[in-house]
Amino acid sequence: MWIYIARRLAQSIIVILGVTVLAFLTLHLAGDPTYLYVSERASEEEITDARQRLGFDRPLGEQYLRYIGGLLQGDFGTSLRARKPAIDLVLERLPATLELTFFALILSLTLAIPIGIISAMRRGTAVDGGVMLLAMLGQSIPGFWLGLMLVLFVGLQLRFLPISGHVPFLQPLLDGDINTALTNLPQTIRHLILPGITVGVFSLSRNARLVRSSMLEVLSLDYIQTARSKGLPERAVVLRHALRNALIPIVTLVGLEFGFLLSGVVIAETIFSWPGVGRLVFNAINQRDIPLVQTAVVLFSFMFVGLNLIVDLIYAQLDPRIRLN
Amino acid sequence: MQASGQSPTPLPVSAPRVAVLDSAAHVGSVSAWKRARTSIIKARWPLFALIILTFMLFLALFGPSIAPKDPNRNSLIERLMPPFQVNEETGRMEFLLGTDALGRDIYSRIIYGARISIFVGVAAVIVGGFVGTLAGLIAGYYGGVIDDVIMRLADIQLAFPFILLTIMVLVVLGAGVGNLIIVLAIGQWVTYARIVRGTTISQREKEYVEAARCLGASSLRIIAVQIFPNVVAPLTVIASFNVASVILTEASLSFLGLGVPPTVPTWGGILAESRDQLLGGSWWLAVFPGVAIMLTVLSLNILGDWLRDFLDPRLRDR
Repeated sequence: MWIYIARRLAQSIIVILGVTVLAFLTLHLAGDPTYLYVSERASEEEITDARQRLGFDRPLGEQYLRYIGGLLQGDFGTSLRARKPAIDLVLERLPATLELTFFALILSLTLAIPIGIISAMRRGTAVDGGVMLLAMLGQSIPGFWLGLMLVLFVGLQLRFLPISGHVPFLQPLLDGDINTALTNLPQTIRHLILPGITVGVFSLSRNARLVRSSMLEVLSLDYIQTARSKGLPERAVVLRHALRNALIPIVTLVGLEFGFLLSGVVIAETIFSWPGVGRLVFNAINQRDIPLVQTAVVLFSFMFVGLNLIVDLIYAQLDPRIRLN
Repeated sequence: MQASGQSPTPLPVSAPRVAVLDSAAHVGSVSAWKRARTSIIKARWPLFALIILTFMLFLALFGPSIAPKDPNRNSLIERLMPPFQVNEETGRMEFLLGTDALGRDIYSRIIYGARISIFVGVAAVIVGGFVGTLAGLIAGYYGGVIDDVIMRLADIQLAFPFILLTIMVLVVLGAGVGNLIIVLAIGQWVTYARIVRGTTISQREKEYVEAARCLGASSLRIIAVQIFPNVVAPLTVIASFNVASVILTEASLSFLGLGVPPTVPTWGGILAESRDQLLGGSWWLAVFPGVAIMLTVLSLNILGDWLRDFLDPRLRDR
């Protein structure tokens, strides 16, 4: 197990280094980044000054090391517009984004598993066909379009669910104010429903198909035959014997899913005016505030890599076959 | 659409195709075509998908001759006209799918949008597929250090959400069709590299490769003539799925304002512009381009599914 942990840890560090190299190089891709920091009417002298002050006249390797050094001390760079440390701006918005991401993740998993099981048990019937066609449709709808349609037809027509705004739950919880968090919760969820569907439908559809095919695979194995032939009711065979093994591929995907959902969140937040990191990034894109975009990308990548590491380690603990391979 | 046309012998991967038997393989491909035709008609859905895709391709190729108006012609008098309105003077529908906030014809913009979406989708998959296949062939055939380097690079890329990097690269490089294709292609190559590498490794040790080597064939010739034909079949399936996902990604990027310049009509771009008009009730701006994206992507997915089953019957109903 220790060897596995060490190997997995080393891999994660390489990935993180890779991400930082890419993020660092991107800033230099379009030429001298000094011009991002000075006004358009700056004189030649001012530009040279700024270049020296910001260290852009040093060799690339040295600049990269300084960048890494900064990251280690929590210095991700300064937002060009807000003139504040970019990481503060991102962290401020992070709880709202995490609420949306986890809501979508929970939505996707709690629905996908029963749908997949039912579909697998009724394989070949109209129910199965219909569900799988819907799932195919869910995988083909652009998330942002679904969001717009929900705003248009559910939000504006039915006027039942809010199409914008956010009631914080995680932030008061983090501040230790449990009472406020709990009073907010029903409203938080009401505001989460439409953006949550927008973010989650794609992975809900994919996971439902995955559960179904994985279930079919497991149901054809010998030990299921054994369970059936010793007279267990089908319900017990499916839920107690088959499900555990059928869920293995889903569990592995949860970590990756998180990163996938995050990219959907960027778009959903801009549609539903959700005050999260996604909308921050969207605005930063429009203002060409590259250090801020860079910070969000690097931070998300760290979170993604960290989460996958944790998932893999738990997983290796549960299933010895993984770490022995 | 392109899939079965590209692969001369859609045989299962496990059946190695020997170059010497080219003429025999050719005879086999005729019956494969026939089998494909019977299977697609029987399955019904893929046939619909094929028809829709052919139609979209037709729009993309002949867009300028079909589109009733110049997609950038604006007219503030005719702004935000609802769809399916008959003009009382001429007795015709001037703007079939309505107009946007600048009075531009949505129908014509969607037709022109098909060009960009499909072109970018196909181009990114071709570029990414080419690079990935090459990397996979090299990694699988030579092994050792080259293999390690290529596969570690692939791991790094798979290990974090690529769309974030895409966003960043496009912010710095700026919008444009070329940049978009390159960035989307970078997102593609890993899938191809991994699958091609796997197949290459399994083929490398087969007797027919050994035989070619004994006859004095160069590595390049073995890779191109002996191994490559055996990796084509699985690639066509992935390619059809990937065109779908690239079209989706392109639309999202255009929606974020990161795709092509605003003057070029794209499906994602029209949707982005529709956002400001939603509260005013101009639903047609948001509905029609989305339907175009959905139909295209759905068709590609259905067709990809069918193709997978067709090429590998063991996977059917899974």
